[in-house]
Amino acid sequence: MTTRIGETELAGPVLVAAGCGGSGPELAPFADLSTLGGFVTRSITLDPRPGGPTPRLVESPAGLIAATGLPNPGADQFLATELPWLLQRRVRVFASIAGTTFAEYAQLARRLTESPGLTGIEVNLSAPDAAALGLVDTQDPFQAAGLVAACRRELPRGLLLLVKLRPDPGHVVEAARTAADAGADAVVLGNAVPAAMPDGRPAGLGGPAIGPIALRCVADVHAALPDLPLIGCGGISTPDDARAFLAAGATAVQVGTALLHDPTTAARIAANLGGC
Amino acid sequence: MVTPVSETRGPVHITGEVLSARRVGGYRHLTLAAPGLPERFRPGNFVAVSVGETRLSRRAFWIHRARPTGGYGATVDLVVAETGFGGRWLATRTQGAPVELTGPLGRPFALPKEPVSCVLVGEGYAAATLFPLAERLRERGCVVTMLLAAPDESHLLSALDARRTARSVLVVTEDGSVGRSGAVRDVIGDVLTRAAAEVVYAAGPARTLHDVAAAAELHGAWSQTALERPLTCATGLCHGCPVPVLGEHGAARLARACYDGPVFRGDRVRWADLAAWDSGHSEAAG
Ligand SMILES: Cc1cc2nc3c(=O)[nH]c(=O)nc-3n(C[C@H](O)[C@H](O)[C@H](O)COP(=O)(O)O)c2cc1C
Repeated sequence: MTTRIGETELAGPVLVAAGCGGSGPELAPFADLSTLGGFVTRSITLDPRPGGPTPRLVESPAGLIAATGLPNPGADQFLATELPWLLQRRVRVFASIAGTTFAEYAQLARRLTESPGLTGIEVNLSAPDAAALGLVDTQDPFQAAGLVAACRRELPRGLLLLVKLRPDPGHVVEAARTAADAGADAVVLGNAVPAAMPDGRPAGLGGPAIGPIALRCVADVHAALPDLPLIGCGGISTPDDARAFLAAGATAVQVGTALLHDPTTAARIAANLGGC
Repeated sequence: MVTPVSETRGPVHITGEVLSARRVGGYRHLTLAAPGLPERFRPGNFVAVSVGETRLSRRAFWIHRARPTGGYGATVDLVVAETGFGGRWLATRTQGAPVELTGPLGRPFALPKEPVSCVLVGEGYAAATLFPLAERLRERGCVVTMLLAAPDESHLLSALDARRTARSVLVVTEDGSVGRSGAVRDVIGDVLTRAAAEVVYAAGPARTLHDVAAAAELHGAWSQTALERPLTCATGLCHGCPVPVLGEHGAARLARACYDGPVFRGDRVRWADLAAWDSGHSEAAG
């Protein structure tokens, strides 16, 4: 079963969600990454970030609350070490990007695609703790449109531009339309749900607890924009979860938190859907 | 020192089964059928256990013993303290219960190339990881001294078992219910000197590991500390278990306890920073 987004063919409809697959080698013992639809990296920033204070993840019923602080090696180190490892293994790689300014997003899109290798870029417009991380505030559609358009301009022809949105049913249709008009090939619905750590720090909630919210986003956006490719993300842990998202109009799905509980989840869902 | 590369292709994720569960003092000892794990095992490895459908964080347990073959096939033994939700969950599994586990995980203890004198220091249930290490070291001709510590006798792992592999075994308990009364820090310097230790291995609370690392440095020995941190994924994916360390060239950086550890060189961990985080005095982990 192959999956198509725009002109690009993927090995299947199951991708690894941003920040939940390590840098690749950690997940490799549990899944043949080249047989998945793709691997989305943790959000890469221009400069390295060490990550935030502990605790970074806390359990909540059927969920995990996370405030990791975007630990990542920065663009140059990612290009030098992490990307080649994935490419050598024929993995379809989408680099998630996050920045503190418009210019940083555009610069990241350019820098990461200067040399061939990536299948696409996933613009993270939806970090649940964006303000605490100092990221650009993209709640305002006008800002979001400018940012997506700026990234589109930097992308070589043929590379996919994914835009990851907040799983906010009240605003998600408008946000998806804005992203599509600004040049997104597909939107990812959605990120972790804005939440708080027990000590009050801003964080995001992922896992089965948020599945129905992400599903609602997919259903609403698909109803309003039936031609826009959608990638469901939020709470997907079983083949049946994935089927529900595909039935609601998603072209593909991403598996996040479930991998932290069982690292074979993405491979198992992919194998199961393969037989549809 | 050489870190053994796990030639048998990394960890596996399986549904194991409880073969036996018995109480030993203050802990539960579990034997689990675990196909595929023992042949990949190195001392210092651990397993991650799923403790129910709605609890998403994994719980880590040191592998106390791994048998590739035997009456029950491939098995691993774990020593379980009944603390926290995960400990209580696993401790209450009875014979025949399925248990989802991933392992063996983590960077194992590095072994000396030469047959040198080694001191192994274990406190509470964490000492479990040192028993298979003692066997490996003895196979290599090392002289093994074990120092077992616990708050009291019921939380002390078997000194009798330790004597099967170790040349000498010393015991300290905080309440003096068995062995010498006191803590690791009270005796470690003396133990290292008497054993003329060249390598020191330690497992237990961070405070004890820090004491052992400091004593090793003073004594001029290498130290390898098996660090226990709260884990989420336990497989290196989530970056939820940062440990402040010094990198190759002395630069401060963060390592992952589950994937870059749990075994770290004692002189590479920034123990004071770790203690400060745990007492809540940190603003940023950097
Ligand atoms: C530990 C962790 C790190 C994450 N890092 C990122 C990230 O860097 N960029 C991003 O866009 N989303 C990140 N996410 C969000 C996930 O990709 C996913 O969108 C979200 O958790 C909802 O899906 P899930 O319920 O399957 O986890 C992270 C989630 C977790 C749990």
